[in-house]
Amino acid sequence: MTGAARLSAQGVRVGYGDAVVVGGTDGLDLDVVDGTVTAVIGPNGCGKSTLLRTLARLLVPRHGHVLLDGRRLDAVPSREVATVLGVLPQDPTAPEGIRVADLVARGRHPHQRWFRQWSADDEAAVAEALAWTDMTGFAERTLDTLSGGQRQRVWISMALAQGTDVLLLDEPTTFLDLAHQVDVLELVGRLHRERGRTVVMVLHDLNLAARYAGRLVAMRDGEVAAVGTPHEVLTEDTVRDVFGLDARVVDDPVAGTPMVVPIGRHRPATGRTPVITGVTEDAPG
Amino acid sequence: MSAPVAGRRPLRAGPVSAVWRPRTAFVVLGGLALLVLVGAASVGRGEYPIALADVLRVLAGAGSRGETFVITQLRLPRVLCGVLVGAALGVAGAITQGVARNPLTSPDVLGVTDGAGVAALAVLVLAGTGGSAVGLLAAVGLPLAALVGGLLAAALVVGLAYRQGLDAFRFILVGLGISVALVSVTSWLLVLANVQQASLALIWLRGSLNARGWEHVVPVAVVLVIVLPIAIVLAFRLDALDLGDDAARGLGERVDRSRVQLLGLAVVLAASACAAAGPIRFVALVTPQVSLRLTGGSRPPLLASAVAGALLVVTGDLVARTVLGGEVPVGVVTVVLGAPYLLYLLVRRTRKDSA
Repeated sequence: MTGAARLSAQGVRVGYGDAVVVGGTDGLDLDVVDGTVTAVIGPNGCGKSTLLRTLARLLVPRHGHVLLDGRRLDAVPSREVATVLGVLPQDPTAPEGIRVADLVARGRHPHQRWFRQWSADDEAAVAEALAWTDMTGFAERTLDTLSGGQRQRVWISMALAQGTDVLLLDEPTTFLDLAHQVDVLELVGRLHRERGRTVVMVLHDLNLAARYAGRLVAMRDGEVAAVGTPHEVLTEDTVRDVFGLDARVVDDPVAGTPMVVPIGRHRPATGRTPVITGVTEDAPG
Repeated sequence: MSAPVAGRRPLRAGPVSAVWRPRTAFVVLGGLALLVLVGAASVGRGEYPIALADVLRVLAGAGSRGETFVITQLRLPRVLCGVLVGAALGVAGAITQGVARNPLTSPDVLGVTDGAGVAALAVLVLAGTGGSAVGLLAAVGLPLAALVGGLLAAALVVGLAYRQGLDAFRFILVGLGISVALVSVTSWLLVLANVQQASLALIWLRGSLNARGWEHVVPVAVVLVIVLPIAIVLAFRLDALDLGDDAARGLGERVDRSRVQLLGLAVVLAASACAAAGPIRFVALVTPQVSLRLTGGSRPPLLASAVAGALLVVTGDLVARTVLGGEVPVGVVTVVLGAPYLLYLLVRRTRKDSA
């Protein structure tokens, strides 16, 4: 699992105030494997976002450090980091009335100077990022006239225009309906396949995580509970240990990736027999 | 492969590049033309009226000796002072609103105005004992005291608000608190003052261009010439800061350092404006927002705000001297214009928040 990881956490311990949220016992180690899509999963409050924000240098670890290309993240000039490592925060704010093309162009900030604000390179990168996310036709629209799904495409387009090899996405699908969640994740998948980008994202939906990430990191209580391919991580035992959820894990009928089906107690009276065998049929109510 | 991006036409020369924004250019140039006209009209007004054409001829260096004296020695400094003070306030407001990402912010919120007021009043009331001493203090000591007072108050606000970083909302709250405290000190000083000092103080506290000479013009001009270019360079960082702390850090910006530097520039501009003309309120609040709407961008533009600020102060002074008559301080006019606008902004914001 180690090898030549460009981005890795080495014994990091992160907290807010007195509380340690991540790496409480003896620090957390994690290698982000190059050229993969990694999804960080885990129950609420397990420290997924905290870990991602630490990798993105939005939080400074109390102990340990994050390495980028063998150098400590806090020793590399901020602007230089921003040409290798892109971040899409969970809830980015856009200035009122900003137009799509202008927002995407903000992604070029680390490549710009005050006297060089729209070079030919900038223009090419922005045009390509817009085209790639199918937002070219929206370039002159203001962001507030777009739907939530379209807005998320614009933010991803901005991250794309930044042109970084590594992209960290903090819950890129929250607040989106299922169709737009799939839409955004398809985009992430293409980023990886067609561009060879390394992506780390925090996701809540286990089935989507298994579908779109080649590698899963399951977290519990600020520690890494399991790392590996979706088939290695999403087992019935791990789901029970990490999420405290009794579930069956079956093959996704479309992609063949593991699919988690919670057992629960409720059975609606559909009059149909469950397709999944082996689930004990509790009396409803 | 490099298809042009709609709405972002490039403007390139060697290593220098920018987006061509015709609307902003039009607003800045149109505003400058208007400023020259209003300024010339203002220069022409007075006990000895001079026609607009004659004013322009004198400014071009071809007037009669009498007119040239009246204009360059008596009238022009007042108008120029208005132009520079207005420009400094406009830029200071644009920077503050850009950093705070809040249209209701202005350098007033940083305590600059009230700090300057307290310091100026302290000089007037505690040191000035009437007669020629007041005249001397008004010429030299008062502007200096106002400058120092404004800078100190702002430093106090930023210092108190800084907690492992400078949060915009916190500095606004701290600034409001400090301002209230300073206003009460002002009231206390007014109570201590005798009638003559109090009337002088009240005129100063409204912000006025009365009897402003070249000695008031030069310091503001020097500050603007130094600070405006720095502000234009640093304002580029607002492109990242606009998107919130996390996204700005992701784009490689050192958020807190940039915010403190930018606010420092705004404070210096506002304090020197205050030193030259007293606290002319609402200019720094209103003109960046008006410029923003005129240029149609997503953040108050620096140059357009400078022009709009100059235009508002010079026009306000002209209105005060003609429509209202006598020597009404320009600050009274800007407050009358600015207060309804502030209410409009508040109402609009509340509607949007509840929508």
